[in-house]
Amino acid sequence: MPPLIGGIFFMDLLIFQAPILMVQASLDGILLGILFALIAYGMALQWGVMNIINIAQGELVIMGGYIAYFMYMTGIHPGFGIIVSPIIMFFVGWGLYKLVINKVVDRDLFISILATFGISILTQQLMNFIFGSDVVVAQSNFGTTMLFDGMVTLPNAKIFAAIVSIVFAIGLVAYMRKSKLGRAIRATAQNARAAKILGVDTEKVYAATFGINAALCGVAGSLIAITFTLHPYVGLPYTVRSFMIVIVAGLGNLPGVALSGMGLGVFEEFADYILGTEFRIGSVFMLLVFILVYRRFKLSRKREYLK
Amino acid sequence: MKKNNLILYGGLLIFGLVAPFIFPAFKLQISFLWILIVLAMTWDVQGGQMGYNTFGNILFFGVGMYICASTQIGMFFPLAEWTEAGGEKTFIHTAPQYFQGFFAGLILAGIIPMVIAGLIGYGILGLRGHYFAICTLGLGIAAGEIAGGIEIIGAGQGLTMPPWPKNIGDTELRSEFFYFICFTLVVATFVFLKWAYSTRFGLVLNAIRDNEDKAEAMGIYTMRYKIIGWMVSAFFVGIAGGLMGNMVGYIEPVEVAFAGPTFGVFMVLMAILGGKGTLWGPVIGATFFHLFKEGFWTFFLGWQYVALGVLIVVIVVFFPEGIMGWLREKYPERFGEVIDEADRKAQVILK
Amino acid sequence: MKIKNFIITFVSAIALLLSTTTISLAKVVGDKIILGAAVSLTGKYSTNGEHTKNGYNFAVDRINSMGGIKVGGKTYKFDIIYYDDESNSGRAAQLAERLIKQDGVQYMLGPYSSGLTKAIAPVTEENKIPMVEANGASRSLFTKGYKYLFAVLSAANQYLEVAIDLAVEKNGGKPIKIAMAFEQDAFSQDVRIGVVDAAKRTGSKITIDDKLPKELNDMAATLAKVKATKPDVLVVSGHSKGALTAIRQIAEMKVDVKMLAMTHCDASKLAKQHGKNSEYALCAAQWHKTLSYKDKFFGDGIKYDKEFKAEFGYAPPYQAAESSAALLVWKDAFERANSLDKDKVRDALSKTDMQTFYGNIKFSPAGQNIAKPMVLFQVRCEGDKCENKVVAPTKWAAAELVHPIPKWSDR
Repeated sequence: MPPLIGGIFFMDLLIFQAPILMVQASLDGILLGILFALIAYGMALQWGVMNIINIAQGELVIMGGYIAYFMYMTGIHPGFGIIVSPIIMFFVGWGLYKLVINKVVDRDLFISILATFGISILTQQLMNFIFGSDVVVAQSNFGTTMLFDGMVTLPNAKIFAAIVSIVFAIGLVAYMRKSKLGRAIRATAQNARAAKILGVDTEKVYAATFGINAALCGVAGSLIAITFTLHPYVGLPYTVRSFMIVIVAGLGNLPGVALSGMGLGVFEEFADYILGTEFRIGSVFMLLVFILVYRRFKLSRKREYLK
Repeated sequence: MKKNNLILYGGLLIFGLVAPFIFPAFKLQISFLWILIVLAMTWDVQGGQMGYNTFGNILFFGVGMYICASTQIGMFFPLAEWTEAGGEKTFIHTAPQYFQGFFAGLILAGIIPMVIAGLIGYGILGLRGHYFAICTLGLGIAAGEIAGGIEIIGAGQGLTMPPWPKNIGDTELRSEFFYFICFTLVVATFVFLKWAYSTRFGLVLNAIRDNEDKAEAMGIYTMRYKIIGWMVSAFFVGIAGGLMGNMVGYIEPVEVAFAGPTFGVFMVLMAILGGKGTLWGPVIGATFFHLFKEGFWTFFLGWQYVALGVLIVVIVVFFPEGIMGWLREKYPERFGEVIDEADRKAQVILK
Repeated sequence: MKIKNFIITFVSAIALLLSTTTISLAKVVGDKIILGAAVSLTGKYSTNGEHTKNGYNFAVDRINSMGGIKVGGKTYKFDIIYYDDESNSGRAAQLAERLIKQDGVQYMLGPYSSGLTKAIAPVTEENKIPMVEANGASRSLFTKGYKYLFAVLSAANQYLEVAIDLAVEKNGGKPIKIAMAFEQDAFSQDVRIGVVDAAKRTGSKITIDDKLPKELNDMAATLAKVKATKPDVLVVSGHSKGALTAIRQIAEMKVDVKMLAMTHCDASKLAKQHGKNSEYALCAAQWHKTLSYKDKFFGDGIKYDKEFKAEFGYAPPYQAAESSAALLVWKDAFERANSLDKDKVRDALSKTDMQTFYGNIKFSPAGQNIAKPMVLFQVRCEGDKCENKVVAPTKWAAAELVHPIPKWSDR
């Protein structure tokens, strides 16, 4: 309730009067952040390997969520979405790569931004046709964990989401280390031409990478279906968040992605309490701008130093 | 050749001047086209000539719109009461008040975004490539979200513009009035940019696009030119925003003012469709786009965004050079060397 | 220099195209009265836009098949030109302009949502085109002195005023503590004004006054504050998304309040989507099928509900019902004006005083329907089946209001 005097809003300080809210905000933020980090990890993967920025990332997430929702509608527990959704989404990602993305891989990054932006508009609208623009939710009925005499509540669905995200992330890291495809992907990321010469089918690697990214989005989406709400037009904030996390953490730095994801989650929750909910999304985007500008000044200092 | 030019520009000018009387039903439709052309041309200053693909010019559009509206209202009435949710009072602008407010608002709508561009330019234009693109995307969306939280400008429930004053003429006069303001704006933008591109300024912009580091190494203080370029865009886009607000009559923070998913993307698309980095490209692109949109769009009833998505992908992936680029490739002898007639002669002599 | 030729050709082609496009003055074609409407078929309001469109179409078919409209001894039929406004207010205004200027429409129907109606109203007003709208409830529509705008629904500020009065009454007439969270849009902010007025009137205290963004999907912060401050009433309004998010998180966080008042419960299918978790939520609605209003086209609410379901395959939310009512108003006005002249029809509209299955309709000088009260219903469950039951006004009450809401630990 930021009171408004002469058009200037003041901060809401309730959070400092009731410190228990800080615990709540931090825990909420961390759980949320782990989920963001999963999406961001997918983005970092395909950015690193293919040098593509995928604006449709958020739409892939929502699409994955709708798969879980669809299962829920047919009577299956939406929790199983974390298994079905990535499988379907992997093929969606693969198909998307074969249709469009393969034509923008070696091009200017801006082309990939615009092209995936087009895909994002397209998928939003198609989802609108298939699932309607109604806001939908899938019930997990996982219950709630109470802490501090019921003052801090953690929905079990969110805890479930965080655990699943961590499991998938660790599984993927192990897969990238051990498996043949994983090694091929890492080799392509390091030097696509050299990998090609050494017999790696880079085309297949790219398709698989994009598929894995979509599959991760699918997992995250089905988790969002049971923790938040779904509708076709909420994808972009997820894209921006994952982009931000990747920029802060850097490519190929999984602990960094996890940490900055949690940092972002906590930042959002605190912004929500202090500035008011209406500025929540705005503050995420502003943070993006600040981070980029900060990064630019830091880098330019380095450049001068190098001179 | 000069004569030919004269015929062309004269013809276009006359077309623009008489159009509202030949096609009275399309007055506002054509006014929107002029606005779109301004947006596409000013986007091209960054995206085409300078090689900085911005999604953030919509910021200036929205700021201009809000500044213009606030000035128009705030000059005569308390703004807070005007925008108060469900406010009880009704304020009516008299004719002189309306026009004073309108022109004062329009001037400020140009100047303030320009100042903002100057202020944030140093930080933001230092970013390169996709970082710049994403940063400006964030800037535009953040602005919309923040405007949606500020109550004095109506917050999320929007701001209704003062209506056309009673007793000085009907809606036809209103449409004509806005038509000619828009037309003046598009002519001014075109003339200014044509002149600017012909100066050293235009050359520096192209140098930045082709190789910024080299340009810097050659002793050009590129940042200064980048900021000036952005300020020029901001000025014209801000005025376009102020006009748009008045023409639509209702300002909503994310749908009308900081309309990233519509105008913000359209301006990029139009410039690319026409051919970025050319003077005429954005004009042609905007015209095609507007015709396509108004001609076919309304018949899709629900499918238009699917069509838009496909259009974006197709244009960007298969047709990134745009109409002008295609023409140049196809008919290099006709379209290849357009501006540098003197240059070509000089080259011939050199041989 | 051939580029100039190219451009000249191009421009003349456009000029030719524009001049050959015939502008049909479509106000009346043959025996058809053409109404114009921009509704949301895409974008965030597309579901409700669809309800609106179905409501319009349902009524058009019904009126046409039951004898049409008799004006000046001739029988006319209704026809509607639809455009898709993409849930975007700028686009809506542009399309209204297009309907009027290019398609020559002289009679308008409203779009869905207050925001879009606010965008269209200045255009119809400038052009002096009467518009009967059924989905723009914002009070600011009625304070701008519009002469050509008529709304068949009650204003947004009346939505939850009753709920606050009810809570005070249940509290023994003593002031209460109110927590509110409203989305940042024209409609919800007007609901907020109503609540603030009611709070002032009853001397109640507002402890939390949060605004929710349009892309909201998490209101945990607001609810945590509610838990910490323990108000008597929690008021939430934010279209379907707000209602669904609120219920989900209230259930997850076990927020206990004595009364939970909301909007858009039926549009979001709250009872179906959240089941038992949504029980006891108190909702404001413009219409409910059990209300005892009647007209000769649709009979009563129950009949409307049944026939609509048979035609479109789902139960009509009030958004569809009020849209149908808008056409009944048009028909009535045309026949009373006995003319197709838009100004005469406008005068007839302003004198409307009729009953429809949706409720009584009588316009104030500002164009607001003042003859119809809001209804409140509460979500009630028997076993796993949850339903909306009318609890106020008492005239139509099908169930007693449960107050205070049982604590989560007892449910």
